Amino acid sequence: MEDLTSPKQEKENQELGEAGRPWEEIAASSQDPESALSEPLESEQWPETGPQPRSSLPQSPLSRSSTPLDDLRGPGASSPPSPPQEASFTPSTLALAGQELAIPWQSDKTAVNVNPKAGTPRSQHLELPTISDKGESTAPQTCQSEGNTFQQSQQTKRLLYGPEDGSDNNSKQKELTFNVFQEEDSNSNYDLDHAEPGVSEVAPSLLEIAIQSAKAYLLKTSSKSGLNLYDHLSDMLTKVLDERPENAVDIIESISQDVKMEHFRKKLDTLQNENEMLPIYEIAEKQKALFLNGNLEGADQELEDEIAENSLPNVMESAFYFEQAGVGLGTDETYRIFLALKQLTDTHPIQRCRFWGKILGLEMNYIVAEVEVREGEDEDDVEDEDVMEERDDGDSEADENDEEELPRTFYKTPQPIPKEESRTGANKYVYFVCNEPGGPWVKLPSVTPAQIVIARKIKKFFTGRLETPVVTYPPFPGNESNYLRAQIARISAGTHVSPLGFYQFGEQEVEEEEEVEGRRDSFEENPDFEGIQVTDLVESLSNWVHHVQHILSQGRCNWFNPTQKSEEEEEEEDEEKEEEKGEEPDYMEQEVGPPLLTPISEDLEIQNIPPWTTQLSSNLIPQYALAVLRSNLWPGAYAVSNGKKFENFYIGWGHKYSPDNYTPPALPPVYQEYPSGAEITEMDDPSVEEERAFKAAQEQAAALPVEEMEETEEDEDEEDYDEE
Amino acid sequence: MDAESLLLSLELASGSGQGLSPDRRASLLTSLTLVKRDYRYDRVLFWGRILGLVADYYIAQGLSEDQLAPRKTLYSLNCMEWSLLPPATEDMVVQTSVVKGRFMGDPSHEYEHTELQKMSEGEKVFEEEVVVQIKEETRLVSVIDQIDKAVAVIPRGALFKTPFGPIHVNRTFEGLSLSEAKKLSSYFHFREPVELKNKTLLEKADLDPSLDFMDSLEHDIPKGSWSIQMERGNALVVLRSLLWPGLTFFHAPRTKNCGYIYVGTGEKNIDLPFML
Repeated sequence: MEDLTSPKQEKENQELGEAGRPWEEIAASSQDPESALSEPLESEQWPETGPQPRSSLPQSPLSRSSTPLDDLRGPGASSPPSPPQEASFTPSTLALAGQELAIPWQSDKTAVNVNPKAGTPRSQHLELPTISDKGESTAPQTCQSEGNTFQQSQQTKRLLYGPEDGSDNNSKQKELTFNVFQEEDSNSNYDLDHAEPGVSEVAPSLLEIAIQSAKAYLLKTSSKSGLNLYDHLSDMLTKVLDERPENAVDIIESISQDVKMEHFRKKLDTLQNENEMLPIYEIAEKQKALFLNGNLEGADQELEDEIAENSLPNVMESAFYFEQAGVGLGTDETYRIFLALKQLTDTHPIQRCRFWGKILGLEMNYIVAEVEVREGEDEDDVEDEDVMEERDDGDSEADENDEEELPRTFYKTPQPIPKEESRTGANKYVYFVCNEPGGPWVKLPSVTPAQIVIARKIKKFFTGRLETPVVTYPPFPGNESNYLRAQIARISAGTHVSPLGFYQFGEQEVEEEEEVEGRRDSFEENPDFEGIQVTDLVESLSNWVHHVQHILSQGRCNWFNPTQKSEEEEEEEDEEKEEEKGEEPDYMEQEVGPPLLTPISEDLEIQNIPPWTTQLSSNLIPQYALAVLRSNLWPGAYAVSNGKKFENFYIGWGHKYSPDNYTPPALPPVYQEYPSGAEITEMDDPSVEEERAFKAAQEQAAALPVEEMEETEEDEDEEDYDEE
Repeated sequence: MDAESLLLSLELASGSGQGLSPDRRASLLTSLTLVKRDYRYDRVLFWGRILGLVADYYIAQGLSEDQLAPRKTLYSLNCMEWSLLPPATEDMVVQTSVVKGRFMGDPSHEYEHTELQKMSEGEKVFEEEVVVQIKEETRLVSVIDQIDKAVAVIPRGALFKTPFGPIHVNRTFEGLSLSEAKKLSSYFHFREPVELKNKTLLEKADLDPSLDFMDSLEHDIPKGSWSIQMERGNALVVLRSLLWPGLTFFHAPRTKNCGYIYVGTGEKNIDLPFML
């Protein structure tokens, strides 16, 4: 309060001198609860001599002050405090003492005019239930202009104004200039419970009106929120008094906000969940492990090794390119993925890896890494094949045993098309997925042609858990990990493109057989690639080529002729084959797809929609812009290039685009397996005449043999006939 | 998402992958403040981006004081010059429901749709094939309107209703708690309530009229059309709509940050029941 008083004092000293000090004391004593509602005091305010009834206040200093005031007052201002004091304390109850005191004392006469009117409404009864006369500091005699009825430094609400100084009012009206002094006077004379002795009868009514209008103002409901200040203040003070926080004045704003928030909360229970933060911490711990992985011992040697191996791509650089295109996961997330990839390369023997993209799922997402494994590392696949072969043999034996008991079906399951070898065709790369960076990397199984064929016919969201069964028609052979792998294979085959010339075919000697098929499997980077102008890349799609083999409708990249039998089976099935040739077309046309490194301008359109959309990353600065390719067939697949470098990325749900609805394939017709013959061929039941004719014929035929037989037959016939 | 917290919101929504490039972001920051001044909106939201074949539409919406009042929609092709779109009407929605496929990216493009209309000449009534031209702008308006009505999301407590009528932003909204954030029932459709009246009295008794005045996402059909996930280790909750793929709603629990953005082709995912 010191600072407050000092400006006051400076100004007042000339006038009041000691008057300021007692107020200072007063103000200090009643600081507590109302700091929240300090309101800006206008500079025009002049110190008001709000009557601050404080029984504790020594009257003497005030009375001391009153004398000079009296002198100053001149025209019959009686001792009673001036109305301004009333006004002052109403707001004072609400405002911070501090601020109020800061307001310079101004005995501006301009402000004075406002006073009389202001005075009356200011005096107010604030009958706060819990607060009774708390040490109300005397209103720092801040003058208030009309609008600032509430701006009182004095925090405590005054309880009773009533009997205050009618005389004050009068004096106020007369002596606007001398509000300061009047306030002092009123303070000095003011007590909560006492009316000033000199108050005339006229004054109380005016005072009362002032009080009531001030209170009415406080009770005005806000047009926005439906609350009113009076209630809010009382709620707040109630809360403070109930809870008695430490240093309440410092947190009074938060208390006010809490009170407002409680309007929206039902007070059902006071239990708080303490465990909510735990999962956050767990995951943060996991991710911290990512960051700490790099601190290995023997750093120097290993650093060199790491840099030499260079199997990790520069994910941040690619992320920068994609960010220019408007695609990306955010810098932090990408960095964490970067670290996770590093962890992957550290733990698995990997020749090269790439951040393939992110597939969104219902419960969790997949972060996919495309990895090229070093040769000699794929033992898992071989084991799978053996297992499958054994199973097939078992089935065939079972069938043979039953042959005599049950009719054998003619249906021959088509031979499963074997999946491609690792590192060829659709299985060229191995894919690892994780749900979150920092989580464990799981290797996806290789894809089989059957899975690709069926994946083309179904459309399902990924859930995020790899073991989820995929329940569809046609039934998908596998669970979500297989479906994911199949979709990844399809997306790679459809959307991985590179600028023309970046890759070239290797200088191999191609055998004749392969030439016939017209297919080259491998390619390598072109060391002489000079780059293509970005504008060219954007203008013409023929500057981009697919560098992943197209998957045939069979499900493989390299055609597998199902009519080729292995040597063991050939002898057995030769005869059968000849018999069944009529039923099954053995000769299938070889499926041909576009060869590797075909430009994407050859891609088929989807119902008049071009398969790719090209854009420059920025129209404003074309010199440094990048070429951005967006696939319309697989929404979410992007390719970006700056002319020399390129990168592919996928982010999306993992489904192909089709402008028409998805229709599940129809069920095939029921297979005719039964031999058609007289016994099971449907016929109409014979009519009565036909039956009779039949019977007559039979009788004639059986007339010569035993008559009993006839009779029994007739009986039987009759019975049958009756039954019918 | 609020134009005022654009950068933070874009960062939080980046989990879906598609966002904005730096030059678009910079242009948006400047142009949206100008839009707010020129059109005198209370709040400007960056609604999202509709991907067209040739160009993309960037959409912004302006709100007045009452949050549920009909919003003004603006579109731009370069994030700098904004044009006001007409408000959506029922006719528009019906008319454009026959148009399928991607947006072109050219606002003056017209879709041609042949339909059989009954024409009567004198006494004869016959059907004739009429080619109806539908402007892309109309389609844009109706798609934005449909998306807003179907999947615009706001968390419970962010808005409150006063007895006087208008809906205000709740300044004391400090975010949902973690346990609330994982439940679909704490999120509402940011539109006039449709199903609220059909609730039984028993259900209504538990509702707080100042906060629960909109439909919640819980009872959306088909069930499961929302994917709710925690990203960044429980520090961010992301809701993705499966009915309109591309709509992402994000919220950081215990903070005020929330918003939604649509980046997609502007087509409804009618295959949803097959895909779940």
